[in-house]
Amino acid sequence: MNSAAFVVIAIFTLAAALAAATLRKLMHAALSFAVAFVGLASFFFLLGAEFVGLALVFIYIGAVAVLIVFTILLTRRDVGKDRGFNWSGIVIALAMFGALTWSILKTQSLAIVAPHIRALTVKQIGAALMTTYVWPLQCVGLLLTAALIGALVLVMEEKR
Amino acid sequence: MITLGDYLIVSGILFAIGFAGVMLRRNLIIILMSLELMLNAANLSLVAFSRFRVSPAGLPNYNAQVFVFFIITVAAAEVAVGLAILVALFRARQTTDVKDISELKF
Repeated sequence: MNSAAFVVIAIFTLAAALAAATLRKLMHAALSFAVAFVGLASFFFLLGAEFVGLALVFIYIGAVAVLIVFTILLTRRDVGKDRGFNWSGIVIALAMFGALTWSILKTQSLAIVAPHIRALTVKQIGAALMTTYVWPLQCVGLLLTAALIGALVLVMEEKR
Repeated sequence: MITLGDYLIVSGILFAIGFAGVMLRRNLIIILMSLELMLNAANLSLVAFSRFRVSPAGLPNYNAQVFVFFIITVAAAEVAVGLAILVALFRARQTTDVKDISELKF
């Protein structure tokens, strides 16, 4: 576990996430969103979880970011409407971050260093998905189909 | 050395950034992106837990990684439906600003 790599990836990811949540221009925010997911995927690779890291890259950078860019282009009429600043929102967000940090720091036994592990192959995850988790997998497939049909129905032009 | 607590702190900061985005921004697309950031902060802590809890055979606990896989799938479905609703809303109202969509507000 490389400390320098951890620090670099953490700064990279958090800066990109902050840019995605705060930038005024939607296109720049969407780009920072994709960059934040590159950082998250490298966290997953650093933790030895290649399968979910690759799934994150394929699904988020390959599909979700492109979908968001398409939506931005489809809904491009209102730009630059800036109205005030919501101070109560930032107070609530800071309070929630404080509560999270407090509970993390208060927990015992978190100061453990990563033990040495054997590499986890995709074959093992696939076997778990096909045996222990086969019913959840089927349900997720059904959910994806329903979401696909639902999205199509929602954006279909109404016939008059 | 990097401990489990460091990963959890990074995950907490990421979650707080996403939460602040949901609370502060008025654009629906930005709100959806911030929601995704919050979901993936949870994913990061799950993967960290899986790495730091090792089974007797010397493997990481990959049940957490299967769980992350399911979360990613459900989040992708959520994004597809959310963006479809957004496009339908824009067709009907010509806006993506939450302040202009407040009919249900009491």
